[in-house]
Amino acid sequence: MNPFTTHKGIVVAVDRANIDTDAIIPKQFLKLIGRTGFGQFLFNDWRYLDNGQPNPEFDLNKPAFKDATILVARNNFGCGSSREHAVWAVAQYGLRVVIAPWRKDADGSRIPGFADIFRNNCVKNGVLTIELSEAEVDQLFGFIKAQPGVQMTVDLPKQTLVLHGKPEQVFKFEIDAGVKDYLLRGLDDIALTLEKEAAITAFEKKHDVQLAAR
Amino acid sequence: MKQTLYEKIWNRHVVTELADGWTLLFIDRQLVHEVTSPQAFDGLRLARRKVRHPELTFATLDHNVPTDDQSVIRDPVAKAQIEALRNNCKEFGVRLFDIGSKELGVVHIVGPELGITLPGTTIVCGDSHTATHGAFGALAHGIGTSEVEHVLATQTLRQKKSKTFRVEYAGRLQPHVTSKDMVLKLIGEIGTAGGTGCVLEYTGAAVRALSMEARMTICNMSIEAGARAGLIAPDETTFNYIATGDRPFAPCGAALEKALAYWKTLASDPDATFDRTLTIDCDKLAPQVTWGTSPGMVTDVTGVVPEFDQVRGYSRADVEAALAYMGLKPGMKITDIKLDTVFIGSCTNGRIEDLRAAAAVFKGRKVAAGMRTLIVPGSARVKAEAEAEGLDKIFKAAGADWRYAGCSMCLAMNPDQLKPGERCAATSNRNFEGRQGKGGRTHLVGPAMAAAAAVAGHFVDIRTWK
Ligand code: SF4
Repeated sequence: MNPFTTHKGIVVAVDRANIDTDAIIPKQFLKLIGRTGFGQFLFNDWRYLDNGQPNPEFDLNKPAFKDATILVARNNFGCGSSREHAVWAVAQYGLRVVIAPWRKDADGSRIPGFADIFRNNCVKNGVLTIELSEAEVDQLFGFIKAQPGVQMTVDLPKQTLVLHGKPEQVFKFEIDAGVKDYLLRGLDDIALTLEKEAAITAFEKKHDVQLAAR
Repeated sequence: MKQTLYEKIWNRHVVTELADGWTLLFIDRQLVHEVTSPQAFDGLRLARRKVRHPELTFATLDHNVPTDDQSVIRDPVAKAQIEALRNNCKEFGVRLFDIGSKELGVVHIVGPELGITLPGTTIVCGDSHTATHGAFGALAHGIGTSEVEHVLATQTLRQKKSKTFRVEYAGRLQPHVTSKDMVLKLIGEIGTAGGTGCVLEYTGAAVRALSMEARMTICNMSIEAGARAGLIAPDETTFNYIATGDRPFAPCGAALEKALAYWKTLASDPDATFDRTLTIDCDKLAPQVTWGTSPGMVTDVTGVVPEFDQVRGYSRADVEAALAYMGLKPGMKITDIKLDTVFIGSCTNGRIEDLRAAAAVFKGRKVAAGMRTLIVPGSARVKAEAEAEGLDKIFKAAGADWRYAGCSMCLAMNPDQLKPGERCAATSNRNFEGRQGKGGRTHLVGPAMAAAAAVAGHFVDIRTWK
């Protein structure tokens, strides 16, 4: 997997909460058995009209955002199905970063910006998910509206986002240390785990799957 | 140390601790289906890796299978995907419950009924509704295809501990109110991201009173609350389910005795602490109906479609978009919503009990004129059982369409789809835009509510309907 260090690109906004993986890639495209060719189907039902032409109203299709590589949306991005096809579509479309806000629930609990399985799948595919506060994401939406085509630099080692608007704006973000390391080094999960072969074998010796299986 | 059920299962499966608070967790069972596995097997082939434990890996076909005539698959792309799984299973030595076999079915129905799903085990599947298996006190996670490949190759999963969230269902359900209503109510309360990062444990008198089938319905929809998994501590109901019936992969005899002794320890300690708790009162719980495009957009059957700015957890813009898609207006009574399709099935409500509940409604009645009614058993076993009880005759006499097993119109990957603007009462789990077909409108309900709606032509309160 390609390491992720810093990335500069145009940022595009889709102003919706709870964008589910059915919306990111509808099921008719899940029948493909390869790992490529999903980018053209990203947001299929929003991006294309019934006659197959691009929907000019959808922001990804507007000239200013044609080459966007950073996406910002609302809370609970990637909910629903576990289909990794959704992340393949995101990555193969050319998006390297997705930003969504966490929010506070009525009882004070922190509601993460991304659904768990989607976020996990992103890590495996070198896509960086970033959570900001709702106020910060509101700011981003404002900037993108006022200055369509504005660029952003994402710096993973420093954990900063620089929005190259007028004026320039800097945001800091938090990230799980393990995920950060994984993305920075572009690691292969399975090879890494197989380095623990001795531990797995030792575990298998003492663990009784028979308690569970005949 | 006081422990939650989640922590007990977790601790028994730690292979080793990794850096930054991550853990390598051993996986006891992996379930596989045709949609999320081909790229994983390809990855293994490319890296010249094997399936580490084929005997702990179980494959079935469900998403793509036709449910009208299973002898031919007309869609060539679906056929290629099905063939790919067959070939992969052969090459890697994995057991497959193929079309035509007695064991075929939706992966989350098959696991429990064959005794693959057992208390205290860790289970994964490349499918978000893997949470279903938590009804047995198994820690069951839905994973992506990269992780499917990881588990095939290593029988482990890299995990970070989730938060714990206890949902206590207090009181007693009224007649005709079901576990589907319990879980929809919860999602309405906490929202579709309310459980993100958490493992939900369902407790309380109302949960204890439920059958295994009904418990599975609740755990199944944990993912609709955003949760990593749902759990219910095993009890006599669980043990009876496993010990009775033909469950070829469950232990029996002395092995069962030994397993039972362990399974009985699988409960959260009385004073264990959870990161979050919530109590839902079941005494007055009404049947639930979703009105929007997110499972949290739900209300009582006696209610109305809400005002744009009156929905907890959703912005005005969310609600406006949802109602525009659904073709509904605030203030409209739920019981005035007319339907043209009813779908009874899926891994949420496609088990024998669900079909019995639907049949009780259909008996001696007819579906409304023009109503398309699809009844799709969750597995070949469920189908056989229903037919042995004569349920199929009741459905057919009512004018409903009795199908073969599969996911069918739950996600409409096979030919069972809604057309744009069609409105469906569905016993499945997702009312997302386009889920049951582009432009199709889905209302989620329990099986008896769906059956009654098929007869009446619109939603009715099953508690008072005659
Ligand atoms: S029945 Fe529906 S939710 Fe369940 S596995 Fe099939 S497609 Fe997924």
